[in-house]
Amino acid sequence: MQSSLPKNLIKIENNLKSLTRTRSIYSFLSIAALIAIIYSGLIVAETGNATSIWVGLPKFFDYPIDLFVGSWEYGYRWNLLLLEYLPDLISTINMALFSTAIGTLLAFFLSIFSSRNLIKSKTTVLIFRRIMDVCRSFPELVIALVLLYLLGKSALPAVIAIIIHTAGALGKLFSEAIENVDKNPIEGLESCGASWFTRIRFGVVTQALPLFLTYTILRFEINIRASTILGFVGAGGIGEQLYTNIQWKYEADTIAIMFLLVSTIIALDYLSSYWRKSLIGLKS
Amino acid sequence: MIKVEKLNKFFGDNRAVNDVTFEINKPEMIGIIGRSGAGKSTLLRIMNRLTDATSGSIFIEGRDILSLTKKDKRVWQKDCAMIFQQFNLVPRLDVLTNVILGRSNIQSTIRSSLKLFTKAERIDALMALDKLGMAETALQRAETLSGGQQQRVAICRAMMQQPKMILADEPIASLDPLNARLVMESLRNIHREKKITVLANLHTLDTAKNYCDRIIGMRLGEIVFDDVPSSLKDDVAREIYGAEAEEAFEPTVTSTSLGDEKFAEAG
Repeated sequence: MQSSLPKNLIKIENNLKSLTRTRSIYSFLSIAALIAIIYSGLIVAETGNATSIWVGLPKFFDYPIDLFVGSWEYGYRWNLLLLEYLPDLISTINMALFSTAIGTLLAFFLSIFSSRNLIKSKTTVLIFRRIMDVCRSFPELVIALVLLYLLGKSALPAVIAIIIHTAGALGKLFSEAIENVDKNPIEGLESCGASWFTRIRFGVVTQALPLFLTYTILRFEINIRASTILGFVGAGGIGEQLYTNIQWKYEADTIAIMFLLVSTIIALDYLSSYWRKSLIGLKS
Repeated sequence: MIKVEKLNKFFGDNRAVNDVTFEINKPEMIGIIGRSGAGKSTLLRIMNRLTDATSGSIFIEGRDILSLTKKDKRVWQKDCAMIFQQFNLVPRLDVLTNVILGRSNIQSTIRSSLKLFTKAERIDALMALDKLGMAETALQRAETLSGGQQQRVAICRAMMQQPKMILADEPIASLDPLNARLVMESLRNIHREKKITVLANLHTLDTAKNYCDRIIGMRLGEIVFDDVPSSLKDDVAREIYGAEAEEAFEPTVTSTSLGDEKFAEAG
């Protein structure tokens, strides 16, 4: 077949062939390396464990079964436990809501200055991206532990920790949303002599808003979990109750708290898709 | 009035605009023709200051608009409205807001950001829309309109700028013949009524010949023809278009000419 191709095309065809070959060799090598890494990891974990994973695995479901059995024995008054822990849930949601709100504002600010299509100066973009990297690279738990040590036991360290992480993580997603907007409307506004701020307000924000909203609600969901976990280390709220009840082996209370948490997340999921649909105009 | 002098724009080694010089001494309707990549768009974008020139100058009433910066540059952009092939409206905003944003240069940023437009602005925008038969769509989102309707909204936005000249970058290349004709006619009416220069990049020859008082032909970034349409001979035109000649001469491709039959159908 090659003989029927013109001379210049034969060269391209050969290049293409060698390129494909190199690519498949690389893919094969990376898959092999991946398998080796996973296998060696398994061996390391196995030797590090006190008991072998094969002994522990059958006992995996013992605790969940205990939880349900315990709650069953507790009886019908279990419903009242939900009410009992509701104030704690609200305080956790409050923590998450407040830190998501502040974090989102910071993220928006950071994302604008780290989007290449809005900022001409490469240095500015680089600096703001590194700021976001730093904010994002420390888990909430680490920041919260340091702040708890400095500020004492209260909700404040948790809130600050979540704000910092949210600003970094959301800022990254926001700036990706911004960099993906259609540039034509922005150019249209620029050609009218609109200011930089107006261009962002109408050219960028209107286009990126549905994504911003989805990301923010997703982050709110993550932050509810984060503030729950931070409750474990002394930030209060439902996390602290969960921790205490698990320690004391109060099965019914533990299940009640988990039920509250899961319902909150499910409700939030419905709410977010509803908001998003109404915002992008599927509903009207 | 308008004097373009030794304008150059290089993208690496590629000369998109090569030593372009021309003058416009009275309000004219000018068509710029040439094949894709001849530098037509780049020339208009430089005039609107969306793209910076490599060298050269453009004098408007004695002032070099290529040296303007910041606020002065934006005031110039307001004075020379631009119409795009892809309309460049804000898709998720309603038509009226899109049109009023043509005034964003003279509105304060805070006021326009909160969409606090004055009654006068709303009335002006509605009048402009009504003139092109688009007033009924004022509250629709721009993205719900057809291409031809969007382009008419874009013209309304351009008129809200109260421009001293209009640049149109392939205004009809994405439109069907009926809408292309509507758009070209409204551009010509604007030129006649407001007595302002309209500089339009056009892909097809017959459109340029039908609507323009003057034709500038560009080839490889250079001006190779600049005269009244009647003196543009077929062989010169073929040279301007090169390999794209057949398409450019074919009036049914993205052009404004309608057979009577077609027109009756569409109407």
